[in-house]
Amino acid sequence: MKLQRHGLVVALAAAGAILLAACGSDPNAGGSGAGGTSSANSPAVDCNGKASLTAEGSSAQKNAMDVFAQAYQAKCSSSKIAYNPTGSGAGVKQFTAGLVDFGGSDSALSSTEAGPAATRCQSNPAWNLPLVFGPVAIAYKVAGADSLTLNGEVAAKIFNGQIKTWNDPAIAALNSGVTLPATPINVVFRSDDSGTTDNFQKYLKAASKGAWTQETGKKFTGGIGSGAQGSAGVAQAIAATEGSIGYVELSFAQDNKLGMAKIDSGSGAVELTDANVGKAIAGATVIGQGNDLTLDLTKTYAQPPAGSYPLFLATYEIVCSKGYDAATATAVKSFLTVAATDGQANLSAAGYAPLPAEFQQKLLTAIQAIA
Amino acid sequence: MSDPTVTDGPTGTGEPGDRWGGSVSAAVPEAGIPPTEPPPPEEGTAGATFVQRGDRIFRFLATGSGAFVVALIGAIGLFLLIQAVPPLLQNNANFLTSRQFEAGDPNNLHFGILDLLLVTVEVSIFALVLAMPVGLGIALFLTQYAPAKVARPFGYLVDLLAAVPSIIFGLWGLFVLAPAIQPFALWLQNTLGWFFLFSPGNVQIAGATVFTAGIVLAVMILPIITAISREVFQRTPRTQIEAALALGATKWEVVRMTVWPFGRAGYVSASMLGLGRALGETIALMIILAATPAIFTGSLFDGGATFASKIALSFAELNNNLSAGAFIAAGLVLFVLTFLVNAAARWVIGRSGAKA
Repeated sequence: MKLQRHGLVVALAAAGAILLAACGSDPNAGGSGAGGTSSANSPAVDCNGKASLTAEGSSAQKNAMDVFAQAYQAKCSSSKIAYNPTGSGAGVKQFTAGLVDFGGSDSALSSTEAGPAATRCQSNPAWNLPLVFGPVAIAYKVAGADSLTLNGEVAAKIFNGQIKTWNDPAIAALNSGVTLPATPINVVFRSDDSGTTDNFQKYLKAASKGAWTQETGKKFTGGIGSGAQGSAGVAQAIAATEGSIGYVELSFAQDNKLGMAKIDSGSGAVELTDANVGKAIAGATVIGQGNDLTLDLTKTYAQPPAGSYPLFLATYEIVCSKGYDAATATAVKSFLTVAATDGQANLSAAGYAPLPAEFQQKLLTAIQAIA
Repeated sequence: MSDPTVTDGPTGTGEPGDRWGGSVSAAVPEAGIPPTEPPPPEEGTAGATFVQRGDRIFRFLATGSGAFVVALIGAIGLFLLIQAVPPLLQNNANFLTSRQFEAGDPNNLHFGILDLLLVTVEVSIFALVLAMPVGLGIALFLTQYAPAKVARPFGYLVDLLAAVPSIIFGLWGLFVLAPAIQPFALWLQNTLGWFFLFSPGNVQIAGATVFTAGIVLAVMILPIITAISREVFQRTPRTQIEAALALGATKWEVVRMTVWPFGRAGYVSASMLGLGRALGETIALMIILAATPAIFTGSLFDGGATFASKIALSFAELNNNLSAGAFIAAGLVLFVLTFLVNAAARWVIGRSGAKA
């Protein structure tokens, strides 16, 4: 009798514990429900894929990957991703060698890289998914110049040395009302090879109406100025040197409180804001086939939509269209889905431009098609 | 020193063991000794086979390690050579005299190492010039002047410098040291600008120069120079020092007449090792030195890149073997340069060994 009573107490306690546990898990359920109120932006994902994903490549998207990794962890608590920012070249190499689940690169796979990448994907094509867009600021430090407006041509002439002083008539013509000093312009560039330099030079080439006669590429070819290592180094050098100008990712210009030039692409000066970059991204031309979303930014750089800020860098995730094992495919899909949806929320604080809605849909379609 | 029994002992542990025992018993036919003598030969022979096996194993391991290192260095050299030859064959510029290093486009390679070599040598020599006297001073202070209570912790402190990661040195150099020494740098340029070493440089980023980099490098190689010099100076025979003191020498005269002649070669080779370290330093220089499209004028206030920093700046984004090979060719030159410096250090040590 007494024993039975004890049993009853134990049973009650156990029941209580279960109830409590249920209550404990309730807020979580409520949380994801709350996230689901913007249901288009927080789709359900399958968290049962491979627990830890590995990726490697472009350092330009490192901070975005950190944001995505947090969002992914929040969504799938048992899953994680490790992104190793060793550079685009290394990312493509490691992906092609099958050592990482996907690669990050500042440029889409070239025709010579596509073949080996397809072999890695069990003879299925690899897709280039432009997931991370980094606005590039033309950052400057000139005493007394609160605002500065440039266009492609003037920017090109500054960065290849045809315009040498801040009070050059060509700059003055775009900046009525701003007094610029008669001091020399001190150009700062990236001394390491980088996708930022590559995109910046491509922009100058496309938008300068022929004023940029130099080559493009990951190495600065302007032939003037001083180079500093990494975006942090460039931003620091600009901040420390009066009369200097350079190009850095948005977050570095913000962190160092540098002036950021507006770009006038023919329809008035446009400031660097998420919305203005979004407009330019939305207008980008996709040249990839089907779900391969390789972009051709030349047209965007040369003739951006009115009111858009055209100077940005597109970085790709290089994934297999098919050919992953089931667990990896699930995890890759889940991660990329979270990145393209939940992950967008904190992106602009990290210095990146969130995806415009239409482009987000294209990406999600492609991500769903990974098998 | 040349006692025959001592020299015979080790070689005689094998089969001559009983001959030695026998000869002793034959030479000294006393009753007390033979009974105690036979056991040692038995132990000797039993031990001998064991020692021989251990000997063989140890000898194999030691030889293996030695051969491994030689093979490794050879393999590295061979790897560098194999990778470097194809781009060298397609190089459109003179590898040794061109000042531009354009290796990004595999179809149009233009790379020459002259500026890399000059910057590497200048920054390393400058660092050495700064570090050598300071290192000597610290080593002499620690061994001759400082009381033991101070010398030990102070020595650890200097050694600790070697444990600071070079990236920290780089960041410190660029963000802390460079702004701090900028007024002095400007003063040098204004007053001694007529001399090529101090002429205004080819970079506009304040402080991102060979001057700053050299000072940082000097700090980095200081522990190497100090540690080795200290060891050498400590080994100055006590008798010589005491003899000098007995002759009425002052502390300075003791150092000049005994410690310095005894330790000079060691100090020079320590400096050479420091130089080798300076030549290969990468990250700190990559962070500090500003790149420039202008050619190197020899000024301490120029920017530029060393072999190692140039390779590090570009390597992450290289995606074809030819471009990579061009940088490896530059690395090969650094390899040879470092080898020459170390060989010179060895030669100095060897010469002093023969003299002592």
